[in-house]
Amino acid sequence: MFGYYVKLAFKSIKKNPLLSFLMVFAIALGIGASMTTITVNYLMSANPIPDKSEQLFYVQVDSWDPHNAFNDESGDPPNQLTWTDANNLFDAQKAVKQVLMAKSGGIVVPEDKNINPFEVQIRLSTADFFPMFDTPFLFGSGWDMAVDSKLEQVVVLTKKINDKIFGGENSVGRNITLAGQNFKVVGVLDSWEPVPKFYDVNNGAFDEVEDVFVPFKLKETLELPSWGNVNCWKSPDSEGFKAFLRSECINFQMWVQLDNQEQQSDYLMFLDNYVSEQKSLGRFPRPMNNKVSDVMTWMENQQVVEDDAKMMMWMSFMFLIVCLLNTVGLLLAKFIGKSSEIGLRRAIGASKGQVFQQHIIESATIGLLGGIAGLLLALLGLKGIESLYGDFVKNLISLDFTMAATGLLIALLSSVLAGLYPTWRACNIQPATQLKSQ
Amino acid sequence: MLTMTNVKKVFRTDLVETHALRDFNLQVDEGEFVAVTGPSGSGKTTFLNIAGMLETFNEGTYQLDGEDVSHLNDNQRSKLRNEKIGFIFQSYNLIPDLSLFDNVDVPLRYRGFDAKERKKRIEESLDIVGLANRMKHLPSQLSGGQQQRVAIARALAGNPRFLLADEPTGNLDSAMAQSVMELLKEINKKGTTIVMVTHDPQLATQATRNIFVKDGQVSEINDVVAMHVANG
Repeated sequence: MFGYYVKLAFKSIKKNPLLSFLMVFAIALGIGASMTTITVNYLMSANPIPDKSEQLFYVQVDSWDPHNAFNDESGDPPNQLTWTDANNLFDAQKAVKQVLMAKSGGIVVPEDKNINPFEVQIRLSTADFFPMFDTPFLFGSGWDMAVDSKLEQVVVLTKKINDKIFGGENSVGRNITLAGQNFKVVGVLDSWEPVPKFYDVNNGAFDEVEDVFVPFKLKETLELPSWGNVNCWKSPDSEGFKAFLRSECINFQMWVQLDNQEQQSDYLMFLDNYVSEQKSLGRFPRPMNNKVSDVMTWMENQQVVEDDAKMMMWMSFMFLIVCLLNTVGLLLAKFIGKSSEIGLRRAIGASKGQVFQQHIIESATIGLLGGIAGLLLALLGLKGIESLYGDFVKNLISLDFTMAATGLLIALLSSVLAGLYPTWRACNIQPATQLKSQ
Repeated sequence: MLTMTNVKKVFRTDLVETHALRDFNLQVDEGEFVAVTGPSGSGKTTFLNIAGMLETFNEGTYQLDGEDVSHLNDNQRSKLRNEKIGFIFQSYNLIPDLSLFDNVDVPLRYRGFDAKERKKRIEESLDIVGLANRMKHLPSQLSGGQQQRVAIARALAGNPRFLLADEPTGNLDSAMAQSVMELLKEINKKGTTIVMVTHDPQLATQATRNIFVKDGQVSEINDVVAMHVANG
């Protein structure tokens, strides 16, 4: 009977094209608005590394001003580390894996004279960056820890930069000039765009991955500039690059891999011991306040999904409800218009249940058509957001299979919900009164 | 076949009670063709609706084909209607956007027949009413008489024991009305019991038995066949 009811649904839709169009359009508007905002929220709050998100922890220690908390509202410790603390914590090697990071930049001068020099974003990192974050490689690999300590000048390129400089060839073993220095290419990443860019949400949670990766400790020797957010609660003791590195300014991030609860407790204890030691040296004037946060906790803590986006999503749901209320009215009008047909069907043998099935399937069919049209509107909506906000939201505007399926499911469920009352009314039509009045 | 004993039907509103049927007694035997006549508002249609289980009644008993239907629930009544009763209405009540084939198919769908069986029955019943060659047509492409024939085909397709016709010729001119009557008589001859409500005494005389309803009661039962025999 399902196929029969679907056939009847399409006949009924064709019979009243204007009414059907209004219903499909109402649902499409609601679904379009909802799916646009849900998609943005979904991508903002997606787990960027689901297999490991509970083992990777962001490290925070409270090295801040004794008189003012870094964050008055939450009382959380600073969201980045000083150069001193970053290096001390890294050198202790207390976690299964650990990575230090910072954002920098420089000019690349390609060997090919036909390509003009251009500026790139540099991600300074240590060797564990690549295995910890499961980065895919097109050619070669990352570097090992010995490279970090020997301060070797190696570089990992993103696919985009490798395409630009080497025309997409395997460039492992070749050299590039970066920030005035010679760097040997050891690896080329395949396409990798984690959304959100969880490993550094301080500097644009939805920015693109940096262009090149070089060993973290080269920052000091090559005096690579500090890009991204730099916060200081007191000025460096003197002028110059070295003084900045020795200051209480924060610009560096650290992630550790801790595989179980015991390792987490041990690492927190290590942090407490480290801070106690630093206190004895006259640093860390604030009360002990160290934290390690797993990936999703850190995303939430840093409010990767902004309140505005959440509010927009709830408003779009309200809009969907308004659209559905309109659909309820239109369905009611449509089904009451079919009273004589319903009366006839009841008279010649349809049970109330069969009439109910027929009309709820008609509601669902309208919902499904509305859902498909709504997804097209959502694509338009996302394009609209892209044109309004540009590259900033580039990673947030793709409608993947999950979201498309979710959209259709919401359309289906909401249209069935909207169809319940009109369908119930249809089922209770008295055949005797309708047959005589036709 | 159909036995109503002391059936009472009252329509109530806030202001008024209308006694549509009062102590309505009737027995229709298998194979009969009964014409029900009476003035407007006498209760003919209410009787037909109760006979077709489209309406419930307040008191009395009603047995259809030996089964007491008084206490059946809505689903059971639907099933019984579908299996045992064929309806023919004054205004044909065809579904305008379905072809003749699909219109006749409607009761068979609810009966649960497979596609092959449905096709066979639809073709046979449209053949009986002489419209087998117009199966793909829409009702609006037919004359009133032809539409009523489709409605008769729909009623016959489920092979019911019992046909209920409510003014089946009411919207037709006399020639078409007579042709529909001939068809009904033919169907009756093959064994289907028919109860027909009509205003037209001329048509009523063509049934095997007439009953006259007045003020919600059967006031006169007239055996037309006996009368015809008596009149020579």
